[in-house]
Amino acid sequence: MNHLIAIWNDLNTSARIGFGIVAFFAFCAIFAPWLAPYGESEVVGDVWEPIGGAFILGTDQIGRDLLTRLIFGARNTMALAIVSTTVSFTMGAVLGFVAATMGGRVDQLLSRMVDVVISIPTLIASLIILSAVGTATPTLVLVIGIIYAMPVFRIARAVAIDIEVMDYVEAARLRGEGLWWLMSKEILPNALTPLAAEFGLRFCFVFLLIASLSFLGLGLQPPLADWGAMVRGNADGIAWGFLHPLLPAACIAALTIGINLLIDRWVYKASGLRDDQ
Amino acid sequence: MSEKLLEVKDLLIEADIDGVWTPIVNSLSMTLERGEILGLIGESGAGKSTFGLTALGYAKPGCRIVSGSIKLDGVELAGKPDAELRDIRGNKVAYVAQSAAASFNPAHTLEEQFAESPVQHGKMKMSEARKRSIEIFRQLDLPDPEHIGERYPHQVSGGQLQRAMTAMALGSDPDIIIFDEPTTALDVTTQIEVLGAIKEAIKLRNVAAIYISHDLAVVAQMADRIMVLRYGDLIEEGDAREMLANPREPYTQQLLNVRTVRESRYDHDKEDIQLKVENVTARYPGTLSDVLTNINLEIVKGKTIAVVGESGSGKSTLARVITGLLPPSQGSVKFNDRILTPTLKARPKEDLQKIQMIYQMADVAMNPRHKIKDIIGRPVEFYLGITGQEREQRVLELLQQIEMPEDYADRYPAQLSGGQKQRVCIARALAAEPELIICDEVTSALDQLVAEGILDLLLNLQKELNVSYLFITHDLAVVKAISDEIVVMYQGRVVEQGTKAEILEPPYVPYTELLLSSVPEMDPDWLDDLVDRRKRGEAPTAESIAS
Amino acid sequence: MFTIILQRLAMGVFILFGVSILITIGVEALSGDVCSAILGQAAEPSTVAACQAQLGIDRPVHIRYVEWLGNILQGDMGTSLANDREVSEQIGKRLGNTLYLAVTTSIFAVPIGILLGVIAALYRNSFIDHTISTTTLSTIASPEFFVAYVLMAIFAVNLGWLPAISNVDSSMGFWERLEVSALPVMTLAMVTVAHMMRMTRASIVSLLASPYIEMAKLKGLKPSRIIVKHALPNAWSPIIQVIVLNLAYMIVGVVVIEVVFVYPGLGALIVDAVLNRDLPVIQGTAMVFAAAYVLLFLLADILSTLANPRLRHRR
Repeated sequence: MNHLIAIWNDLNTSARIGFGIVAFFAFCAIFAPWLAPYGESEVVGDVWEPIGGAFILGTDQIGRDLLTRLIFGARNTMALAIVSTTVSFTMGAVLGFVAATMGGRVDQLLSRMVDVVISIPTLIASLIILSAVGTATPTLVLVIGIIYAMPVFRIARAVAIDIEVMDYVEAARLRGEGLWWLMSKEILPNALTPLAAEFGLRFCFVFLLIASLSFLGLGLQPPLADWGAMVRGNADGIAWGFLHPLLPAACIAALTIGINLLIDRWVYKASGLRDDQ
Repeated sequence: MSEKLLEVKDLLIEADIDGVWTPIVNSLSMTLERGEILGLIGESGAGKSTFGLTALGYAKPGCRIVSGSIKLDGVELAGKPDAELRDIRGNKVAYVAQSAAASFNPAHTLEEQFAESPVQHGKMKMSEARKRSIEIFRQLDLPDPEHIGERYPHQVSGGQLQRAMTAMALGSDPDIIIFDEPTTALDVTTQIEVLGAIKEAIKLRNVAAIYISHDLAVVAQMADRIMVLRYGDLIEEGDAREMLANPREPYTQQLLNVRTVRESRYDHDKEDIQLKVENVTARYPGTLSDVLTNINLEIVKGKTIAVVGESGSGKSTLARVITGLLPPSQGSVKFNDRILTPTLKARPKEDLQKIQMIYQMADVAMNPRHKIKDIIGRPVEFYLGITGQEREQRVLELLQQIEMPEDYADRYPAQLSGGQKQRVCIARALAAEPELIICDEVTSALDQLVAEGILDLLLNLQKELNVSYLFITHDLAVVKAISDEIVVMYQGRVVEQGTKAEILEPPYVPYTELLLSSVPEMDPDWLDDLVDRRKRGEAPTAESIAS
Repeated sequence: MFTIILQRLAMGVFILFGVSILITIGVEALSGDVCSAILGQAAEPSTVAACQAQLGIDRPVHIRYVEWLGNILQGDMGTSLANDREVSEQIGKRLGNTLYLAVTTSIFAVPIGILLGVIAALYRNSFIDHTISTTTLSTIASPEFFVAYVLMAIFAVNLGWLPAISNVDSSMGFWERLEVSALPVMTLAMVTVAHMMRMTRASIVSLLASPYIEMAKLKGLKPSRIIVKHALPNAWSPIIQVIVLNLAYMIVGVVVIEVVFVYPGLGALIVDAVLNRDLPVIQGTAMVFAAAYVLLFLLADILSTLANPRLRHRR
């Protein structure tokens, strides 16, 4: 508990705002079934009922309650994003550490392979692969996880190399410690802070990618509530002055801004920048 | 002129350390007359650099001048806004930083940067400044003074760059130059040339100077008066020669005695040869030239062999070859008469255990996320297979051996001082119960008094445990203090080797003579004497060696 | 230094090859579906097989790859399955439109982004810096379509100044074209300015912490001279990297924006092609995108090497 209080005191105003935003959405996501007034795909009213009327946030293009859809959307999209980010991190970090620690040909080989894959813009690659293998949820997780494992590999490798040149790693090598010890006991504990900040950033990218993919029709499939798909579904309403699609889009923006505000503070601390004058 | 050039009174400076403003200069005062050289000496954390910078009215980022007065030629500087202070900076008061390489802008030539101050302060036009640059470069003994100004900073050597920075400071004809540890980063032989050139140039122009350093012997050569600082307080102040002859305070005396030689316990007995390096030649993979050529070396059990050399001599590479990090392209290393497998990865644990290494920077040599007891305990477990309660007991015994209290076992490296960290590294090496310990510049990053403590510890441990040391260093004072045998290296080759007595007494091999003669002594006339002798050809210089 | 550049070029070519192989594999995975998609799920296997033979997708992958590679190097990217037009012709036209967007955006966004970044760095931690940083953060963190729809709602729906749908075509004159493309350009510009500002600010801040900047202060130089003579010459290298990398960002950002505004560019093309399983188009377009990405990264690398004073004047 004291530890948490210490962390809170450490944050400045903007980081606290960020924390608040993230906590709010996380809360909605976790307690969605109890918070939402209606069922996830329940049709409750007329198409595009106004915001602020009988339904607090109006209804969507089929007549479902927008507030409910937003709450469930938080849950579905965030869950997908967290799992995908975790997958990408596990793959990317392990491979990155191995490349940094083993060096030599292994490093060269892995790095070249990643260089090639990373050269295809993320959105394009996801478009192609997902339309080929379909958009069942586990597939989504895997595809996005693998695609984002590439930049994570680069960063984990860079962090590990920065640590690996330290004398204490050489001292461990001289002792005769094996690869597993070097990676888990010497490098990992010192890599946690930069990697944690990176995790937050990756989450944002993943989240935005999922939103964009859903917007283009290749993300979570209906009737699952998903913010990106909701923007797409409600988009036609803008021409008639219905501002409904802005709500899910605003939620996406809010969450990513929140995470960025939070991460900015950590990244600043971790890099030890001296900012006066 | 009865008025002093610089008069600083009761200056209090605070620094932001972890969010708390802590005093680092405690109401210090100093005066400086025209043409006088004042030495500010102290160990790290003494506040000497911060104090010296106030002559420019400048506080480094993270520091602030709280109170006190700084009068330059009667004009008060404290509290003045930057815009007004700009008039005196680079103009009446100039600064020479510790690292010339970092302080020169890589995008401009040397002469452009030389000319900048005088031209911008309206003292002369660009063409005049160029002429002046040639003149001052010549005064500072820079090679090819007519054309060196056209070069970029990364195109000249470290020693030349340091002199160029001094030239830049002299460019605007300042009243005071502040020298902030200008030769600390240089090799001992390069240092001499820079010191000689600086002293001559400032004496010639009657420029006052504040010379900041941690090295009393160097300051002794340059200063008329010396102020000894410690943790922001003044310990002693006085005329340089008098202070060196009769130091009043115990701290000053300690600083002076730092280079005493210990008795030599060596009896020339060649029987127990522990490590033998035979005809080793090595190069780093992918490079075109050998870093080590035909090295032969022997270490006797229980004795200390010092490997001395400057940067580029290959001494650290030798350690890497012995430990197996760099397999030699020719030759072999034998331990107790058995050839050691050239590559680290292929060596059995027993071999790895017998040779341990201690590094120069203790901060980086220990994993900041491990507790002291784990740092020391791991080798115990890894090599000796001892775990649990017994392992903890062993760790406590080792802490005792390095003279540290038991409760330090639960601390993290960041909570220890520089000397304590190095002691823990020593304990880590001892935990393996080795026969040979390679000490790679282990005292070079420490303050002199702390380094003394470490050397004492190492010698006592040697007596107790009969462990041998391969002591790599560039510091001849350390060599004189602890070695039994000495190996002198230069550009990858062994220049000379023998017992301490053989090497340190005449007749000398030219490179050894150069090295020995370049070590500053506490005698204030030493530098002038050496420069004279070199001019007369009686003492070697770097050029004469290279040929 | 030229050896470094040559090495990078060689690496770029190698990567392009690797990318082309990956794309082919990806498309190969798609091609199983093409004929079923065209003929319907209930089609007879023999009909499907005939369709495959006609399209040439029954031959082994590596043969098709080599043929495709040979064709591409001669400028022939095949024919679209959806509308029988030459792929290269379609790509050419669309590429032109996308480039128009990118260039028009850059003309405004690049100078503004860099200027804002420099100002924010110089006045860091002041009110100006915080305002600029927070605004750009909001823009970056939002998905492109959010910014797009907001701008659409304001300028097209509410104020009615600009058209909501930007179907540009070659018949339009200079001003008409500009008006119709205004919204996508504005959206792309906002995102680009935000990215550029942040990256420039970070580079300059780290530059200002260099010891030679402190030295310049201690020489009593005016702040304006320090910025212009000391900071700027060393800032070109990172700033050029920022510019070129942002061009690369724009390429990916363009896809979503084109879809929102129905702008006939390369991004819209690939999305349509993917949804329609139009293999040759997918292959060609993906290759163009990837090539642009690789070339831009390569350019960033080479230009920043050239701009680095230490590497320009060798020992």
